[in-house]
Amino acid sequence: METSYQKLVPQTTNKLKVCWHWLIAIAAIALIAWSFTDMDFGGIKASAGQIAGAIFKGIFHPDWHYVYTGDGEDLVSELWETMCIAFLGTFISAIISVPFAFWSAHTKYKRWWSARLGKIVLAVIRSFPEIVLALMFIKAVGPGSAAGVLALGFHSVGMLAKLFSEAIENLEEGANEAVTATGGSKWHIMMFATLPNLLPALISNTLYRFDVSLRSASILGLVGAGGIGYPLIIALQYRQWDRVGIILLGIIVMVVLVDWLSGWIRARLV
Amino acid sequence: MTKPATDLLTLPRKKLRVMNLLWLVVLIGGLVVSTQVTNTSLPALFANFGNFTEIFVAMAKPDWSYSGTVIPLVIQTIKIAILGTFFGSIVAFVYSLLIARNVIKNRLVTAVLRFVMNIIRTIPDLLLGAIFVAIVGIGPVAGVLALSVFTFGVVVKLFYEAIETIDPGPIEALTAVGANKWQIIQVAILPQVMTYFISYVLYAFEINVRASTVLGYIGAGGIGLYLQQTLQVFDYARTGTIIIIIIVVVVLIDYISSKSREALMR
Repeated sequence: METSYQKLVPQTTNKLKVCWHWLIAIAAIALIAWSFTDMDFGGIKASAGQIAGAIFKGIFHPDWHYVYTGDGEDLVSELWETMCIAFLGTFISAIISVPFAFWSAHTKYKRWWSARLGKIVLAVIRSFPEIVLALMFIKAVGPGSAAGVLALGFHSVGMLAKLFSEAIENLEEGANEAVTATGGSKWHIMMFATLPNLLPALISNTLYRFDVSLRSASILGLVGAGGIGYPLIIALQYRQWDRVGIILLGIIVMVVLVDWLSGWIRARLV
Repeated sequence: MTKPATDLLTLPRKKLRVMNLLWLVVLIGGLVVSTQVTNTSLPALFANFGNFTEIFVAMAKPDWSYSGTVIPLVIQTIKIAILGTFFGSIVAFVYSLLIARNVIKNRLVTAVLRFVMNIIRTIPDLLLGAIFVAIVGIGPVAGVLALSVFTFGVVVKLFYEAIETIDPGPIEALTAVGANKWQIIQVAILPQVMTYFISYVLYAFEINVRASTVLGYIGAGGIGLYLQQTLQVFDYARTGTIIIIIIVVVVLIDYISSKSREALMR
């Protein structure tokens, strides 16, 4: 009875697969080891622990006076501005994304290179650093939240149009064919079959992007494109840890609330 | 003969939903308010569009002699991304096991740990960079730390959800034969979720490569430093060189990583 366990058949192994796994693992470890070279971990400032402690203390003893002062430079109005930047930026990018999405969606109606080209263009837009875009718009419209809106609006197209085009690729053909069968024109197909089927996915993806844009909007201020980032970087530079604390708290509360709200709307949509 | 015609006219119409109208009002109201608050005006953009395209044209003529200076910092940028992903995922791996409700049965522990995780997840990557630059000083270490925390937020959420959706059968079987927690994790849970974990780590790495290219802008190491320097002296030809190199590297790494993720999931 006892020995029967010893005779259990061992799991069959695919030698080639195991070999590959080991190779990949060794390559990954080598890559990580290589990354440690020339990385000077000894260069940390001696006061690091002290400052980290100060920031933590600031979060638990925030500068409550900063929350609302009424002069438009307080936490509430800066957060409100950040939210408006994200909202308008997302709206602009949603509109620009629709034609890009139809261009880069791989459907049977067009040649493969057209969709491939669209996908490459979107990848390039995605990889163009947001901060550089913000600086370019600052040159065009001057520093302030308008530059942030435009930077977000154009940068988000890269990701949003990709999500949209995936939604288009996953569309059912049935509705389109039904409209064609009853003699509908291309315009009719668009209005009565494609768009109604697509709309929930578009709205859901746009809401998701709004969450992401809100996080981006709160850092655009670091380069002077409006929003909460600017007072934060000033507070960090002047070592006003209690103010850093209240701003961080404000950002966290805002992001959590918006995430929760957009999650609620998305759950009702689907 | 007239009957079918009237039938067509009395086809059921779509009901006008009050909620939809309400959402439309909210949307338009939001647009008006946010346009005013942010002071955005499209005419102003088009009036100054020359300034914008001017920069673009200058960037389109990159200064290739500069690429020799850029490449070492690009390599440093990739190193920052790799190390950030590495540290962040190790912590995320352990943390996910601690907040998965089918591993740790104590609701209080998981609730508290999840609360902490959700708060960490809300802080954007560059903000973490700015904070860590203030803490440890200017240099790549700040970038590594910022990306570690950021990776942690990305991976932990995806991974603990993957752990919670596994097949409970093996866990029950091992519990029934009296295995301890460590054995359950090792034999019942990890084999089911390891591919997911690697896929999420690769996904986080893609995000990190993108993020690390701008981290230098606020002093957290990597190529972003030159981005800031060239922009400050309006040397757009060099900025263009940097951006083109960044885009090529990012798209390349993205492509490799997403292909290997697909291969992994198959």
